[in-house]
Amino acid sequence: MHVIVMTRSTPDTAAKVEVGKDGNVTWGDAATVVNPWDEYALEEAILQAKNADGKATVIAVGPEMNNDALKHSLAMGLNEAVRVWDAALENADSLAYATAAAGAIKKLGDVDLVILGKESIDVGTDQHNYQIARKLGWPMLSYVSKILAVDYAAKTIKVERLLEEGKQIVTSKLPAVISVMKDINEPRYPSFIGIRKAAKAAIPEWSLADLGVTLPGTKSKVLAFSNPPAREVKVEMIDGTPEEQAAKLVDRLLEDKVL
Amino acid sequence: MSAVYTWIETFNGQAVPSSWEALGAGRTLADSMKIPLVALVFGKNANAVAATAATYGADSAIVSEDATLDGFRLEPFAALLTQLVNENKPKVVIAVGTSRARELLAASAADTDSSLLTEVTELELQSDGAIKVSRPVYAGKIVSQAVGSADGTQYLTLRGRAFKPNAVKSDAKADIKTVAPTLAENDIATKIESFEEAVGSVNLADAAIIVSGGRGMANNPKDAPAGVADATVWKAQDGFENTLKPLANVLGAAVGASRAAVDAGYIPYAHQVGQTGKTVSPDLYIASGISGAIQHQAGMRTSKVIVAINKDAESPIFKMARYGIVGDLYKIIPALTAEFKKRLGK
Repeated sequence: MHVIVMTRSTPDTAAKVEVGKDGNVTWGDAATVVNPWDEYALEEAILQAKNADGKATVIAVGPEMNNDALKHSLAMGLNEAVRVWDAALENADSLAYATAAAGAIKKLGDVDLVILGKESIDVGTDQHNYQIARKLGWPMLSYVSKILAVDYAAKTIKVERLLEEGKQIVTSKLPAVISVMKDINEPRYPSFIGIRKAAKAAIPEWSLADLGVTLPGTKSKVLAFSNPPAREVKVEMIDGTPEEQAAKLVDRLLEDKVL
Repeated sequence: MSAVYTWIETFNGQAVPSSWEALGAGRTLADSMKIPLVALVFGKNANAVAATAATYGADSAIVSEDATLDGFRLEPFAALLTQLVNENKPKVVIAVGTSRARELLAASAADTDSSLLTEVTELELQSDGAIKVSRPVYAGKIVSQAVGSADGTQYLTLRGRAFKPNAVKSDAKADIKTVAPTLAENDIATKIESFEEAVGSVNLADAAIIVSGGRGMANNPKDAPAGVADATVWKAQDGFENTLKPLANVLGAAVGASRAAVDAGYIPYAHQVGQTGKTVSPDLYIASGISGAIQHQAGMRTSKVIVAINKDAESPIFKMARYGIVGDLYKIIPALTAEFKKRLGK
């Protein structure tokens, strides 16, 4: 059994992210972290591999800074890590990213399950998740909050999905791609030994030629980044007894036509 | 003939109201491009929903009603959308970026190797036919301006509540064309076994008002009954149910929560707002007993008006709030509920 998980390095949420003088996004010297949603995917991949006596491999598509996320993943207990990078992927859109990711997954051979974090906080989207599934031609189960049953021999999986309106139980054939939510597990912290081992690991880098993949061409382009307009908020503190505060606040909200 | 396609999402045979926002944005694009605005409705009751779409500005509609399309599944929906795009080559496919729409449009854009821009907050048609958009990235800390490719179909998903629906024209009619589904049940790898609807809750994603609680919900003055496993958790749960929810009910609001409240077991994860939870942008966000950690801000900073109620005047939430009240939320929220009831005549 072989499970694949995708990850990426993103700036720490607490970091001050802004547009630098060169027009690119910068977060100064702030450290990167594993994309917060991916931690649940990484943990689930470790658990699935352990339960089925299989192997869990982590892939990142991106420049060298993504090795930090891959080393964190290895330190958590992923078996192997690969990074895909190519000059042609510079400024790539989600379609190019997904094409490269699917190429790497196919190159790894007998893959049963791909686990993804719900979204990526840097690009602010989840679109690449569904595009990876389509490029693989495998079913996609998104927003998975529980894996209820999985049979790698019979190639079936049964999951609970957390939707806006409630919980849905779905079955699918394997191989499949799933994206997981926060409450699926409690991600572990890397152990000290894990961190030491991961620090020494050499992470192979695959080019598009290694994958035998041609990109569909970049279809959407980023033109510019800008800092959002400053939020012109000056807080108005409301004093008095709770009843007075309530009355004043409702007055204000009605004046502002918020209600 | 070329067109702007708008996917109208349905749930249990009813249109998801935020879909009308996509017809609003779609109408502007279609008029600028001088091409028709076509509503796509798949699944149960599609014909009736398509008729309503006409009143919201669709010129015509393409519908498919089939058992394979009852309840959203990505495979049959994406296969059908992709087939329609391949056959008819629309200029644009647009939808409001609900969880299902993001999935559907991303999948079909991948199938057709087309450009896709998501979480769009502003859009503008350029003279070469490419659509230029603004979208938030890095948890709203940065705005990205991006452009699709006019050479092919441009897929767009809109951030909810960023665009306005068209005014309703109740006598407007659309030509409705019926198409067969692309996939048969045997070709579909996923099967829906069951669905358990969350009872009486308002969808956070498209709520106009959200009332959220944080760690401060634990300061409930009520005594926990003897024998409960954890008195603090009981107090906070009781507070969400009997203090916050009545306020939400008066306002027709959704109930949100901070990660701290979710992780402490005060309220289920489905209510979490912020990083690793939901991103929301209501007209009014009432944060009670929430300190406003950066992870929470990431999910609600685009709310139009923020009201903060917290006992600690130094909480970061006051830095982003329009109105602040320092005090005991267990005194202020009930007073607020009573006041709203009185003023809104409920």
